[in-house]
Amino acid sequence: MTAPPMVKAEGVHKRFGRLEVLKGIDLEVAPQEVFCLIGPSGSGKSTFLRCINHLEKINSGRLSVDGRLVGYTEKNGRLQEMPERQVAQQRREIGMVFQRFNLFPHMTAMENVCEAPIRVKREARDGARARAREMLDRVGLADKADNYPSQLSGGQQQRVAIARALAMEPKLMLFDEPTSALDPELVGEVLDVMRQLARDGMTMIVVTHELGFAREVGDRLVFMADGVVVESGDPREVLSNPQQQRTQAFLSKVF
Amino acid sequence: MSATTEPDVDQPPRRPADIEAMPVRHPWRWVSAGVILVLVAMFVHWLVTDTALHWDVVWKYFWDPAVRRGVVMTIKLTIIAMVMGIAIGVALAIMRLSLNPIVSGAAWVYIWFFRGTPLLVQILFWFSLPSVLRQVSFGVPFGPSWFASDPKTLITQFTAAVLGLGLNEGAYMSEIIRAGLISVDEGQTEAASALGLSRMQTLRRIVLPQAMRVVIPPTGNETISMLKTTSLVSVIGVFELLYTVQVIYGRTYQTIPLLLVAVLWYLLMTSVLMVGQYYLERHFAKGSTRALPPTPIQKLRVRLLGAAA
Repeated sequence: MTAPPMVKAEGVHKRFGRLEVLKGIDLEVAPQEVFCLIGPSGSGKSTFLRCINHLEKINSGRLSVDGRLVGYTEKNGRLQEMPERQVAQQRREIGMVFQRFNLFPHMTAMENVCEAPIRVKREARDGARARAREMLDRVGLADKADNYPSQLSGGQQQRVAIARALAMEPKLMLFDEPTSALDPELVGEVLDVMRQLARDGMTMIVVTHELGFAREVGDRLVFMADGVVVESGDPREVLSNPQQQRTQAFLSKVF
Repeated sequence: MSATTEPDVDQPPRRPADIEAMPVRHPWRWVSAGVILVLVAMFVHWLVTDTALHWDVVWKYFWDPAVRRGVVMTIKLTIIAMVMGIAIGVALAIMRLSLNPIVSGAAWVYIWFFRGTPLLVQILFWFSLPSVLRQVSFGVPFGPSWFASDPKTLITQFTAAVLGLGLNEGAYMSEIIRAGLISVDEGQTEAASALGLSRMQTLRRIVLPQAMRVVIPPTGNETISMLKTTSLVSVIGVFELLYTVQVIYGRTYQTIPLLLVAVLWYLLMTSVLMVGQYYLERHFAKGSTRALPPTPIQKLRVRLLGAAA
């Protein structure tokens, strides 16, 4: 791959108090790549994802998205913290989908999708609504535009959340266990939307337990444990023929 | 179940007859109800027959123009103090959640002071302040002033009352609003900042609207409480309901009848507020409970017309 990476992590460390959650992560995500992160709970995969859009501050190392450092600017070899406005600017180019959807419960599906384009990008209301309808259509929920989140199923809520992130036209999408809070029969509809998104060429980092999805859609798979990358490579290769003992142990428990 | 009845194939299977058992008797319920009824009867008898209560005087002064002006002043003080309290409360609550330690510390000190001293003392303090202040001015700190005024004209009895009630209420409201803000799930703030919304936008558009559900019921309580607390400013001579009747009975020596006038007016006003609060809470319960509880009127209808209604 010759294109400059979309995400580049070099020696990323993250501590919560005394607890070291990330112990030096090095990896690169290419544009249009579907990058899957798996691992036992507590391995730091969600934390790493949250570092990418600066919901968590890294303690050491370097982390950049599309060639720009996340949360810092570099001047004469010294790092400077970004003011809130610039962090927000950076975040709007990175979409994020949460395990528990985090839709705004006091707004309809349409209002959820419109909110950021109108408030952050200062788009005109009519244009934003038209595009929001397009986004809802893309996730198959154009007819639910006027429903409140509490009136939608978990799968539908997560699809609205994906539409909400897409409405900001991000160049990178982060998925934090997007199907873990769903009833089994609703997982498929969310994965379908993600599959379509991958086909459209979106760069995606997906923290997931859906190994089937990783095998089928993923371009690369990383297995993390205890804050380090244990193994990475082609998903089909890693899943069927893991090289490391810890990967083997994890996979044998999951299947 | 006689043998003569023909089994009907078209009929669904018979349901067994309803149980008609002897209910358990509760003699003590009847005894306690009887005791209470006798006490109530004695109380009502006293109210009606004791001539010292002077119901004719009560009735006469109930509609007295001065008393009605007092009622209006009580309502006015309640509204102004609550609006001021809510505005200060929102500001303090946001300040307390600020990352800047000076800002959150200042809010903490404010709350500490106003909750830590009696309201009556605060009212007296505001009222007496003009006697020690020589001049009130606005301008550059420690520098020239653009506007100056004599505190005796600036702080009247009314403004002292409003300051005392409103500033104190702000401290209590801030705790209520802070509890509301904290009750909103952290995921909401995260989702908003992941979309690029600023902290202020997140607060205004996402967090505050959701906090309202938690904030409204205790705010109703505070309003009812404030309506009665306004009587404290009678000590600085604001003609609200209590001071008005005090002035009248100071002249006519009909203390009990005039206090009854005040009691009846306070009860009337708090009752109206309580009904309002009931429906407000019912309105904000939507979305959190599937079926709304019946209103008292609906319950009464069921009682009177039977369960079938």
